Amino acid sequence: MREAVFKTEISLTRYLRADGKPLDELPGWSHEPEPLTSYYRWMVLARQFDQKAVALQRTGQLGTYPSSLGAEAIDVVTGHLMSHEDILVPYYRDHVLQMIRGTPMRDVLLYWGGDERGNAGVGMARDLPNAVPIATQTLHAAGVAASLKYRHQPHAVVCLCGDGATSKGDFAEALNLAGVWHLPLVMIVNNNQWAISVPRHMQCAAPTLAQKALAAGIPAEQVDGNDPIALHEVIGHALQRARAGKGPCLIEALSYRLSDHTTADDASRYRAPDQLKEAWQNDPLRRLRQYLVDLGYWDESRERQCLDEAQQQIQQAVEDYLATPPEPVESMFEYLYAELPEQLRTQIEMARVRGGGDL
Amino acid sequence: MNEPICLLEAVNLALARALDDDPEVILFGEDIGHNGGVFRATDGLAKRFGAHRVVDTPLAENMIAGTAVGMASQGIRAVVEIQFMGFIFPALEQLIAHAARLRHRTRGRLSCPMVLRAPYGGGIHAPEHHSESTEALLAHIPGLRVVIPSSPARAYGLLLGAIRCDDPVIFLEPKRIYRASRTLVEDSGAALPIDRCFTLREGADLSLISYGAMIPECLAAADNLAERGIDSEVIDVASLNPIDYDTLLASVSKTGRAVIVHEAPGKGGVGADISAVLNEQLWGQMRAPVMRVTGLDTVMPYYRNEQHYLPGVSDILDAVDKSLEAGRNEILQATGSG
Ligand SMILES: Cc1ncc(C[n+]2csc(CCOP(=O)(O)OP(=O)(O)O)c2C)c(N)n1
Ligand SMILES: [Mg+2]
Repeated sequence: MREAVFKTEISLTRYLRADGKPLDELPGWSHEPEPLTSYYRWMVLARQFDQKAVALQRTGQLGTYPSSLGAEAIDVVTGHLMSHEDILVPYYRDHVLQMIRGTPMRDVLLYWGGDERGNAGVGMARDLPNAVPIATQTLHAAGVAASLKYRHQPHAVVCLCGDGATSKGDFAEALNLAGVWHLPLVMIVNNNQWAISVPRHMQCAAPTLAQKALAAGIPAEQVDGNDPIALHEVIGHALQRARAGKGPCLIEALSYRLSDHTTADDASRYRAPDQLKEAWQNDPLRRLRQYLVDLGYWDESRERQCLDEAQQQIQQAVEDYLATPPEPVESMFEYLYAELPEQLRTQIEMARVRGGGDL
Repeated sequence: MNEPICLLEAVNLALARALDDDPEVILFGEDIGHNGGVFRATDGLAKRFGAHRVVDTPLAENMIAGTAVGMASQGIRAVVEIQFMGFIFPALEQLIAHAARLRHRTRGRLSCPMVLRAPYGGGIHAPEHHSESTEALLAHIPGLRVVIPSSPARAYGLLLGAIRCDDPVIFLEPKRIYRASRTLVEDSGAALPIDRCFTLREGADLSLISYGAMIPECLAAADNLAERGIDSEVIDVASLNPIDYDTLLASVSKTGRAVIVHEAPGKGGVGADISAVLNEQLWGQMRAPVMRVTGLDTVMPYYRNEQHYLPGVSDILDAVDKSLEAGRNEILQATGSG
């Protein structure tokens, strides 16, 4: 006898076409002005911030910066659906998501501007900070989810990572544990098709990244990461399940990295201009704007006002950032241990003297 | 090659030479193929030698190291890149538990002739986790060779030496001086020995012992000291495991003074190791205690404050002055005056 013992499929959810026209019958809530106009405003802010950050880097006022161009919908929708008690385990591209969680815009600039204080996570409650070593945060997320479960707290953990991150053992280990322990974990992969210069198809031979969760016994699906309505439906459902003790899931959000990998990268070395041009057709902002315009919730003057407000907010944050007094040298020793060992105190003095102008 | 080249280009030149000379040399790592590496160390090599020999991998350092061990066990010269030393940690199990011990465990039947390259060190205003110097972790492991070049010529020769070596070699590239200076490097295919120090400047009064990106700092300090009539010897350790103690001991027994410089934290560092051996072997011949100038015993700060962490010329000169001072006190005591 030979019979199929495991059958499954991966679905892709999408409600809006690239031009903002509905593909399907839309969920009832999406006919209302909220939350979609709020989503749109935040997406505009995210994009304006991004442009400003890149400009600051180009003029020597910020360090290497990873742009979030093309990831705005994923971050904004996730940020809005998470409750204060849910816990975020972000990756390094989630600037606006961290802002929605309460991180001041100025602090995001401080972090990428080489100042430790930017990573303090003011306002982020129990959220974890940026993780630069790829995929390491996925295991933290499993641990955070295990602590919620252990304490019988009905909240969810949201972890984000890139498509490249799914190749690391950490990712598989985190999903595996989440499955076995039935953890309240929502894993969101921002599949932007590139890991620096390595295209998606060279990262994994499987047709979807979502299916990696099936091996861990976890439900998984794809969602159009440029479609805020689809993201809202899929992520919202996942969060409710996790909070209700129904276990983990993996969401592969299909997006496109519309920028270089970071300001230190030059994607024109490895990416065909046509592909980028085509990807812009799927721009998440354009899609949502058109949808809102068609419903009469958005127009030119609202757009202009929204841009102005974003600019003002960003300008203020940049001014605050640039006016922030330099980080005291001793801060490199602060918070290293609960209490600084006495023997390290002399090194604080050394640090102050160091770098004080070479010969 | 008649143009002067920088350290980074010398790495590229050595890799090309190795690929050209030996069909069993294979390069792999993240972004090293089409993109030529994030620093361009492998620029043009995939095009020239083919994507089957200069290979882009999925993103996974444990996989890169473990696969290299497997290939090397079959005699393939796997030369792999970890994009930044800060991301080497997932590879440590494979390096420490397997690469370092494969020959030993199989009583010589198999060996592990792999090279793992990684840029390391601070001073380039990089983001968090991109500036550390954790070479001591690796130099601590019996069976792993650790090599660090500090000039274009040594990068070329040492990398060829590492690739031809039958042991696993960790080849750490001081990225701060990747493009710092240019010299003529002949593409002769000649390797440099990977178990020798290089005496870069001879001197009678004191030995400055260092490696990597601190070498230019030491040379600048030596120039400064020369103006004051102090004649210093500058030695590039180059191989952190094994360490060429013959050269170091000969130098310090001549000068009687040693200042060791590295940007990694002092605690448990390579400088502590060298200092211990100098003390064990040269007790009685030293004119001053061995001094160390190192990175501080804390997390590498984000870039705004990195210059307050990294040793510089003036820190080296301060240590030299202490060394000279200590010698003077000793002379005063010995002669009973003062
Ligand atoms: C463990 C580790 N290896 C390598 C790197 C260098 N690096 C930074 S981002 C990146 C690509 C990540 O791609 P992906 O996971 O798809 O995320 P994306 O940046 O595309 O959002 C690499 C290789 C790193 N930060 N951590
Ligand atoms: Mg990606």
